[in-house]
Amino acid sequence: MRAVLSGDMPRSRVLALILAVILVALALAPFLFPGVRTVDTAARICVFVVLVASYDLMLGYGGIVSFAHTMFFGIGAYGIALASTHMGRGFDALIVGAGAGALVAAALALVIGLFSLRVRAIFFAMITLAVASAVAVLVSQLSGLTGGEDGLTFQTPRALSPAFRFGDSLLGVKLNGKLLVYYLVFVGALILFLLLLRVVNSPFGRVLQAIRENDFRAEAIGYRVVYYRVAATCLSASAAALAGSLYAIWLRYVGPDTVLSMEIMIDILLMVVIGGMGTMYGAVIGATLFVLAQNYLQALMGSASGLVEGVPVLPQLLSADRWLLWLGVLFVLSVYFFPTGVVGRLRQGR
Amino acid sequence: MSEPMLRLEGVFTNIAQYHILRGVDLEVPRGRVSMLLGRNGVGKTTTLRTVIGHWRAHGGRITLDGQDITAMPTPAIARAGVGFVPEDMGIFADLTVEENMVLAAVSGPIDSARLDWVFSAFPPLKTFWKSAAGNLSGGQKQMLSIARAMIEKRRLYLIDEPTKGLAPAIVATMARALRELKADGASILLVEQNFAVAKALGDTASVMDDGRVVWSGAMAELGRDADLQERLMGLSMEAR
Repeated sequence: MRAVLSGDMPRSRVLALILAVILVALALAPFLFPGVRTVDTAARICVFVVLVASYDLMLGYGGIVSFAHTMFFGIGAYGIALASTHMGRGFDALIVGAGAGALVAAALALVIGLFSLRVRAIFFAMITLAVASAVAVLVSQLSGLTGGEDGLTFQTPRALSPAFRFGDSLLGVKLNGKLLVYYLVFVGALILFLLLLRVVNSPFGRVLQAIRENDFRAEAIGYRVVYYRVAATCLSASAAALAGSLYAIWLRYVGPDTVLSMEIMIDILLMVVIGGMGTMYGAVIGATLFVLAQNYLQALMGSASGLVEGVPVLPQLLSADRWLLWLGVLFVLSVYFFPTGVVGRLRQGR
Repeated sequence: MSEPMLRLEGVFTNIAQYHILRGVDLEVPRGRVSMLLGRNGVGKTTTLRTVIGHWRAHGGRITLDGQDITAMPTPAIARAGVGFVPEDMGIFADLTVEENMVLAAVSGPIDSARLDWVFSAFPPLKTFWKSAAGNLSGGQKQMLSIARAMIEKRRLYLIDEPTKGLAPAIVATMARALRELKADGASILLVEQNFAVAKALGDTASVMDDGRVVWSGAMAELGRDADLQERLMGLSMEAR
């Protein structure tokens, strides 16, 4: 187990238990929580765990603020969509699309990084904001290629379509292509997460942490700060692109609102802060809590509002329409009570 | 006479609009401990930081064992064999003692004999090997800071006020470790405010004032001459 986790153990019994519960729940989601919406939520959690973990590699480990993470996510998603549209529904299209998306994201991160990270990390933040906005506009404008605002709907290999059956049913769950695609997303996300865990616990990861703490001290030991920062950015961009590819395979659709919007960027930031910066397990906790809140808080509040009907003020406060307000309150409370994130708090309190 | 390990010739350094170094001439002989002395704010730390490349020299020339390093980037200077110990206990607090040391061994895995030697100089580091460096005491952090430079044999060590603010027992440990480093044949440029430590360790001394070296000679000579000390550094009998 220590080898699988690259020596980075949870270091808290409660955290280990929570992570185990999340892993088992995601691994058995189609059987434990059968239903289109619940499985969709589980798949989104898998994708966002990788996306947030890849962002944490940059922010939490490298101290680099980027606003272009959804752009890299979108590049991976559009890579799958464009490859599937032009090459047809085959696994070769998925491999080419995911590979090309990861390479393009890394190349773009390299160019942005070399231009901006040589000077000061803050310039990187500003440039990524500008480039991400420009790419989002470009994707909307190049409708002939990207489908514009409508996005692209495409077909994945037959084996990954709901119509494909490879058996009757197991524990009441249909054995079809949708189940296969869920496990493709789950296993892909798990592998990517473990790879990111390996990266941050490698000597490279230690240098990144040293640079985050004091870049001059790291240079005075002999490390070229700009190389490490650029390498971290490229790795992070590639991982985000691969998360985007998994998301596109799951949805069989890409569009600017779904994979490129600034809203996703803000969600990623919130997930990193809630889970805890500078720890990969924070990505798991942050993504799980946030996606669950996004999907179920509204319904939960609707039920709560119904229960307190007749009581003054409360039904209005708990109205399902105010779910974003309560999400904000939950965020403020989590930052107040867990300034180092849920993982940081659990590790301190072990 | 052999080439000195470090030579500064007419080095000027500006920080923003301030002219901090105004033509520093300095030599660190091979295998010797050279003390860099002077009142606060005369440019001692800036001299060390200019050598390591943190501040860029605006004029003059810096050579390491004959090689011009004036315009070299900091990591290249470090990899050329310069170990730097900053005055602010420059450790990485989020990493463990072990990770700090592994990070400092830039040319490969830590040599176990060298590590044993470092442990013998600083025993607490062995005790807290797996602990976060941020949890160490001030003295232990300073030990780690010096140990990080010692973990690989360097051509030159730049050490900035290693005993500043430390308890007398820790100062003695530091002085012992620096003596061992000296016995290992290291060339050291040491900024030190504690004159007793400077006298005990130094072979040569350079005294700075107003961004220049105003006196250079044998440390023993400076240590003997109370009037010279008074004139150069304003040291009173109590301070000695």
